[in-house]
Amino acid sequence: MRIGVVTFPGSLDDRDAARAIRLAGAEPVALWHGEHDLHGVDALVLPGGFSYGDYLRCGAIASLSPIMAEVISAANSGMPVLGICNGFQMLTEAHLLEGGLIRNDHGSFICRDQRLRVENALTDWTGGFAAGEEITIPLKNGEGGFIASATTLERLEGEGRVVVRYVGMNPNGSLNDIAGISNVRGNVVGLMPHPEHAVEPGFGPDTSDAMRSGTDGITFFTSVIERMLVSA
Amino acid sequence: MPTIVVEVMPKAELLDPQGKAVAGALGRLGKTRFTSVRLGKRFEITVDGTVDDAVLVEVRELADTVLSNSVIEDVVGIHVLEAPAGETH
Repeated sequence: MRIGVVTFPGSLDDRDAARAIRLAGAEPVALWHGEHDLHGVDALVLPGGFSYGDYLRCGAIASLSPIMAEVISAANSGMPVLGICNGFQMLTEAHLLEGGLIRNDHGSFICRDQRLRVENALTDWTGGFAAGEEITIPLKNGEGGFIASATTLERLEGEGRVVVRYVGMNPNGSLNDIAGISNVRGNVVGLMPHPEHAVEPGFGPDTSDAMRSGTDGITFFTSVIERMLVSA
Repeated sequence: MPTIVVEVMPKAELLDPQGKAVAGALGRLGKTRFTSVRLGKRFEITVDGTVDDAVLVEVRELADTVLSNSVIEDVVGIHVLEAPAGETH
């Protein structure tokens, strides 16, 4: 099982995503934005960071990168694609996911361990969770406010395509407390919080058991591996 | 060389936290006459050659697809910048 992680100029969390993939039991494959080659991977992660310095709009210039032509085509033919933070912004800019991300309503960057509710445990990336399960993973962004038109919001909610929702507090003004969504097929998922930062005891969020012991994020990666094994 | 200006604005105040932050600063300076600020983007695109209808159509398409994101922004203006007389650069 090989999962590609695309590095763009200004990506930050590509190494962490690769590490999460390895810990989950798959082989991470480093991909470069300037190539037209997915190197035969089975799934893709667009990592967090500040591609192109967030110039123009977050994720906008990266969404026009050479490799995105292959990413869009693979996503449309069913390959699992996960966009984390800046990767989520790229997926909206590439029209693989609906809506958009704008500057946090309070105007500040925010970094915290964020409680989320998994609303849809049927996507390729959330199959290992139980619907309604609450998890905690890090959140760190300046432009994480999810917005969409009223009709788009209604459709996302009605079709169960809100994948994760903020619980306890809304950290950025996202409409309907939306933290992550999927496409219709459920193979493309984007979320602002960072599952790849909560995958190994000692380095994750604090839990009631022990400091930094939270590993809720690993399930995103084990879920896609299990999904691909089933469909293989 | 001629320059085409493209102006992009956030769709609504809801989508413009930056404008609201600037408006807040004006309020703190006692500038109560100015009740709101909206903050957008201006692109200046230099064209190799002359600007004809085909170029303007192409810029309009780029404005809609690259320079703005129609989910959150509107293209509010596209016009050709008149070069000041005697400009040499």
